[in-house]
Amino acid sequence: MTSLRILLRAIALLTAMAAGAMAGPFEEALPKFSADSYSDTEAAISAVAGSGHERALTVVEALRDGRLLAGAGQVYIREASNGMIDAATGEIVGGAGNLKPVRVNNRVRRAIEAALGNLTLLSSDTRTRFNAAQAVFRSRDASALPVLERAIAQESDLRVRGALESARAAVILNKPDAPAVEKKIAVEILSRRGDQDSLALLSNVSASSAPDLAKAASDAAEGIRTRLALWNALQNVWYGVSLGSVLLLAAIGLAITFGTMGVINMAHGEMVMIGAYTTFMVQEVIRLHAPGLFDASLFIALPLAFLTAGAVGVLVERCVIRFLYGRPLETLLATWGLSLILQQAVRTVFGPTNREVGTPGWMRGALEIGGLSLTYNRLAIVVFAFSVFAILLLVMRYTSLGLYVRAVTQNRRMAGSMGIRTNRIDALAFGLGSGVAGIAGVALSQIDNVSPNLGQGYIIDSFMVVVFGGVGNLWGTLIGAMTLGVANKMLEPYAGAVLGKIVLLITIIIFIQRRPRGLFALKGRAVEA
Amino acid sequence: MSMLKMTRRSLIALASAALMSGTMTQVVQAQETIKVGILHSLSGTMAISETTLKDVMLMLIEEQNKKGGLLGKKLEAVVVDPASDWPLFAEKARQLISQDKVAAVFGCWTSVSRKSVLPVFKELNSILFYPVQYEGEESERNVFYTGAAPNQQAIPAVDYLAKEEKVERWVLAGTDYVYPRTTNKILEAYLKSKGVKDEDIMINYTPFGHSDWQTIVADIKKFGLAGKKTAVVSTINGDANVPFYKELANQGVRATDIPVIAFSVGEEELAGIDTKPLVGHLAAWNYFQSVDTPDNKAFIDKWKAFTKNDKRVTNDPMEAHVIGFNMWVKAVEGAGTVDPDKVIDAIVGVKVPNLTGGMSEMLPNHHITKPVLIGEIKEDGQFDTVSQTDSLVPGDAWSKYLEGSKDLIADWKTLKCGNYNTVTKKCGA
Repeated sequence: MTSLRILLRAIALLTAMAAGAMAGPFEEALPKFSADSYSDTEAAISAVAGSGHERALTVVEALRDGRLLAGAGQVYIREASNGMIDAATGEIVGGAGNLKPVRVNNRVRRAIEAALGNLTLLSSDTRTRFNAAQAVFRSRDASALPVLERAIAQESDLRVRGALESARAAVILNKPDAPAVEKKIAVEILSRRGDQDSLALLSNVSASSAPDLAKAASDAAEGIRTRLALWNALQNVWYGVSLGSVLLLAAIGLAITFGTMGVINMAHGEMVMIGAYTTFMVQEVIRLHAPGLFDASLFIALPLAFLTAGAVGVLVERCVIRFLYGRPLETLLATWGLSLILQQAVRTVFGPTNREVGTPGWMRGALEIGGLSLTYNRLAIVVFAFSVFAILLLVMRYTSLGLYVRAVTQNRRMAGSMGIRTNRIDALAFGLGSGVAGIAGVALSQIDNVSPNLGQGYIIDSFMVVVFGGVGNLWGTLIGAMTLGVANKMLEPYAGAVLGKIVLLITIIIFIQRRPRGLFALKGRAVEA
Repeated sequence: MSMLKMTRRSLIALASAALMSGTMTQVVQAQETIKVGILHSLSGTMAISETTLKDVMLMLIEEQNKKGGLLGKKLEAVVVDPASDWPLFAEKARQLISQDKVAAVFGCWTSVSRKSVLPVFKELNSILFYPVQYEGEESERNVFYTGAAPNQQAIPAVDYLAKEEKVERWVLAGTDYVYPRTTNKILEAYLKSKGVKDEDIMINYTPFGHSDWQTIVADIKKFGLAGKKTAVVSTINGDANVPFYKELANQGVRATDIPVIAFSVGEEELAGIDTKPLVGHLAAWNYFQSVDTPDNKAFIDKWKAFTKNDKRVTNDPMEAHVIGFNMWVKAVEGAGTVDPDKVIDAIVGVKVPNLTGGMSEMLPNHHITKPVLIGEIKEDGQFDTVSQTDSLVPGDAWSKYLEGSKDLIADWKTLKCGNYNTVTKKCGA
């Protein structure tokens, strides 16, 4: 903390010398915060940040956090303990009258960000310095240049140094009166950085400057464009895999109830919805009683969602579906009705509006690999989908339940004669499929609405995946989901979301015409059963 | 206005009246009543938005009855459920008018449902109050449009971004149906008239309920990095918004870099999203719950008491129903009858207070005057008004920026025509 203060003093001295005046611009700027005008606030921020006053950082941070209060020309900061301090002096004050937080809009927020960047470039914390460099890179604020130079000179961390140099290059490229030599170096630095932002900066240069610089910049931009095109293709594949894993999750439960058992289960989507609402309930309880557990909420929700949806599934099988085996049309109608009943029941209990399911901290943000940007929530869902698939595969292959299910679906009467209680296996298998749909709901609550309509959006896609992949084959479901996901995402940039979907549907119709049993058709006597 | 300044005691009375309303209607039915139809989906995809409007209508009707009803008679609500099914809207509308003999209908949300009931209202000569912002290009004798026309929402929103945020590049993103398509057509024409070039406008449509926004958000990000300030104008509707905003947050598109201004996202929709990463994104409406006026405060208190839920939010279409209902009451009182022809003539020029502190007026083109508010999303899911028009903006039935509609005007008072061509001087385009 003390070293931070010393550094701040250093900036203070530096900028004060640059300004050539020691009279308090900080004190003069402060009252502007109480004017309740965005332009005054913006002016005050840059004045405070440029004043070099030791309290400048505190004031700007308070403004960012909504803790800067103003009223009648006086400005105060609310402390965490709910006490008030005078923004100018840092002294604790008692009753301060009628105060309102200083309002911010996007313009002010940008000014805050730029000011914080300038103020924290010399911070002792590596991470803060890195963020400051990023902020300056975005703001391209020429007044940050002297501090930036100092920061580069004394930086030891390689990553931060790179960020600082990029920031400096961005500032210089944007500064009309910077010397041509420096601009050339800036172009080189940005060309090495080689991402979208650099491309934006470089393509802006080429229009209006000296011919040789313009050429260097446009060459660099061209190089970046070629490289990015490659990354772009990879990125599209990733989007496809990610969409495929969502499809896989939604469809994999159906692969058991429809694929293996042959029940046309139109209420499958509602099982997904039940899983999502279970997640919502779990998070509500956690919010009320144990806020510390919030990051683990999804893991707690997983078994509960499996059990809830599984129980509903067993109930549905026992009460409705077992009377309808072998009568596909009636099953279809009955489960369709059931899905409407479940939707309206949830609507009555939870209300028609969306419910908020929060994202745990570890699922926010994105992982950057080269030109690839993998958002953590999608990454988590991809990993999760493959794990669920693997577990289900193992259950079907190596457990007695899996064996019985396969036996019953291949030849019900034979399995019955061997002593398998086929009724019980039907109920359990249906429960398993529904339970898996439930845990899919936990994952989907992270990317979609938690509303009574949640399931409807997935039912068509799920059937499409299972039919395309081949009924009765888990591997087929996996391949089907991934193929459809990647194909969809490859088409989307060219055809648009609406047309892409249409093209895909037509392709599948034609495919099913040629191969009615899907990609991986079951062979042998099981097919005829 | 006295009806909005209610004491705590009358609130309790109102709440208990809500409990008894079931029995009350039966008692009232024995006497003569004026029936009011409520045509909002209570099931299906649109239930998410429309159920609230049914509740607000019930509250308004109950309140009017507390004040002694209308023309000495009690009002009676007739609620039907068109179940988000467009043809069913027409059927239910017919049932309300010819079977239940309602004096007026308050209802519809999507433009397609409005278009589906239009012929019914014309044929049976009844009155519909339509409370949702829509694409314009329409004016019917039997319909009163209390939501915003494009010039009361879309155009001022774009103006704000161009002026305040210095936006030069525009992404027009919408759901693929009539409202976004028409609105974007108007916006595109407007932007081009302001000198925006073709390559600085990107238009993107997605299906209803679109949930995988990865590619589109990445495209928007790329489009925004061309060195000019970029903004997204979103006419994305309903359920697709939540995944869209989640994806924006995940890919790190922040309001300070690429602001998104939405025309269909209000307090209700935000209630289902974690709004912390969305702070600073915008919405343009004619009302926000956060507007600080005595009328609005009283309305919010009444709403919370009526629904017995402290967390219920209010939104723009609800205000539109409040204005529409009060205008209808005033027109009926003025005409001394609920006869549709008399009410249609009497309602033009009627002024009632809106909840943002102004007086909204019913115009001869059957649209109303409204203030335009631009709000930024706050952490608590409410909006912080960052811009408000000085005066009320009159709604245009026909856009000035579209070929084929710029010469048209609607005037049901003197011209008795919904699409009068000022060039050919003829009614009927």
